[in-house]
Amino acid sequence: MAFDVEAVRKEFPILSRQIDGSPLVYLDSGNTSQKPRAVIDAMTTFLENSYAPINRSSYRLAGEATEAYEGARRAVARLINAPQADEVIFTKNATEAINLITRAWGGAHLHEGDVVVLTQMEHHANIVPWQMLRDERGIEIRWVPLTPDGQLDLTGLDDLLDGAKVFSFTAMSNVLGTITPVTRLCEAAHDAGALAVVDACQYVPHNVTDVQAWGADLVAFSSHKMCGPSGIGMLWGRMELLDAMPPFLGGGNMIDTVTFEGYTTAPVPAKYEAGTPPIVEAVGLRAAVEFLEELGMADVRRHEIELTRYALDTLRGRFGDDIMIYGPDDLDVRGGVLSFAFRDLHPHDVSQILDERNVCVRAGHHCAKPLMQVLGVQSTTRASLYLYNDTDDVDALADALAGATDIFGL
Amino acid sequence: MSGLEDLYREIILDHYRSPRNRGELESPPAIESRGHNPLCGDEITLFLLVDGEGDDAVVRDVKIGGQGCSISQSSASMMTQAVIGRPVSEARAMIRRFRSMMGIENVELQPGDDDLDLGDLEALQGVVKFPVRIKCAVLGWNTLADALDRA
Repeated sequence: MAFDVEAVRKEFPILSRQIDGSPLVYLDSGNTSQKPRAVIDAMTTFLENSYAPINRSSYRLAGEATEAYEGARRAVARLINAPQADEVIFTKNATEAINLITRAWGGAHLHEGDVVVLTQMEHHANIVPWQMLRDERGIEIRWVPLTPDGQLDLTGLDDLLDGAKVFSFTAMSNVLGTITPVTRLCEAAHDAGALAVVDACQYVPHNVTDVQAWGADLVAFSSHKMCGPSGIGMLWGRMELLDAMPPFLGGGNMIDTVTFEGYTTAPVPAKYEAGTPPIVEAVGLRAAVEFLEELGMADVRRHEIELTRYALDTLRGRFGDDIMIYGPDDLDVRGGVLSFAFRDLHPHDVSQILDERNVCVRAGHHCAKPLMQVLGVQSTTRASLYLYNDTDDVDALADALAGATDIFGL
Repeated sequence: MSGLEDLYREIILDHYRSPRNRGELESPPAIESRGHNPLCGDEITLFLLVDGEGDDAVVRDVKIGGQGCSISQSSASMMTQAVIGRPVSEARAMIRRFRSMMGIENVELQPGDDDLDLGDLEALQGVVKFPVRIKCAVLGWNTLADALDRA
């Protein structure tokens, strides 16, 4: 069945909200996505009927809650084609998942002089945790540069990876929309003897994901960008790695036993899930995964390719040289993220004027200040598309931009 | 468009298009101070030249560098016009008045502060209706306060 965006939109209650009598045009899904009725209902129903502790108590209700929580793990494993559900670890968010990697794996394996390779288009979440490790231990960070159209420049990759212990990179840039050649990058990392870590926050919500086909070692992503609730993120890793890594946070749930002398850890995944986890959020996440599965990620991607093409054509057609859209034009390697400069207007002013027409976009550095430096700007305006956006949303963006011209008398 | 007209008053757009007192001063003797808005990455570099000391200290010159949105740029531009030539004590009072107008908490106005004429700066009053932009409007003022503390 063809992707029916109007039917999809009806599943999202917030999209029928009006502010000052006009509809909401939500173009900030790269930041966080809206939630379908199925997710909202699943969380409410669980809270009303099944809420209880997980993994602790023996009464039936607790068993039901535990089963619901573990059901989320199985759903996520299915979505990314993980070989086993227990390789999926729930965290607070993707940022915490990356910090888990730098603390647990990095803590055990990285020492002074060791090399970590990142790319110039990383989100702060895949930069700062490594810099913290660098400041503590004196590891070296190398950066994969970019081509003028915002793709990774891989000409010197082998030299950069020479002697590296980790290559950590984004699967899709949150600023440029660039989709990176993940399989090739994982292969290059392994050829150099390095661990392949993938920040898949922007990728998983918009594409068919297969961590086995990628050949990745560790993959971080978040629920709130893929129609699920905030407060829960995910780390997938190969079981042998997760098994061998030391724990991250200590406390309840992550132990096998504790004595006055010490502790032993629980098996993966509990080993990395200290304390009471986000139980209700996991239930909502499961509903989000099922919602996405029903739509079909391949169809979601096709819809976004068409809409991105429409957006590029519309904005360039209407504004010509007045708009400069960053990132690659080839939609095979680009998702629905449109960072742009409009005339010489500052992104804050652009977003303010768009907001007057309920067009929600992000203005700023998008948590990628080093990338802003490469682009030679302080900030950009970013419209990011998702499965519930349609051509009307793009037209509303273009109309609102035209209004900016009037206000500033350009 | 009622809200936006309050925000983007003509005087604000004028200072944005043609910012006053842009540039640099030799430092030293001028104090150089940098401010930035972590939310959007906007940066401002302010140069302050003070003549005299103690109660006789006067703001002789201020220059502004850096990039920012219409609100941060126009606010800084108007600020330079408002404080150049004033005694340092009055410049500090202007800062208190302006922060207070922006609805910033913990500003302790002192006797006489209310008598100060903010002039064109009153045009920025509309910013209060857009809480996200208050940080933009006060960026230059915070940077000036920092420079005065170090003068």
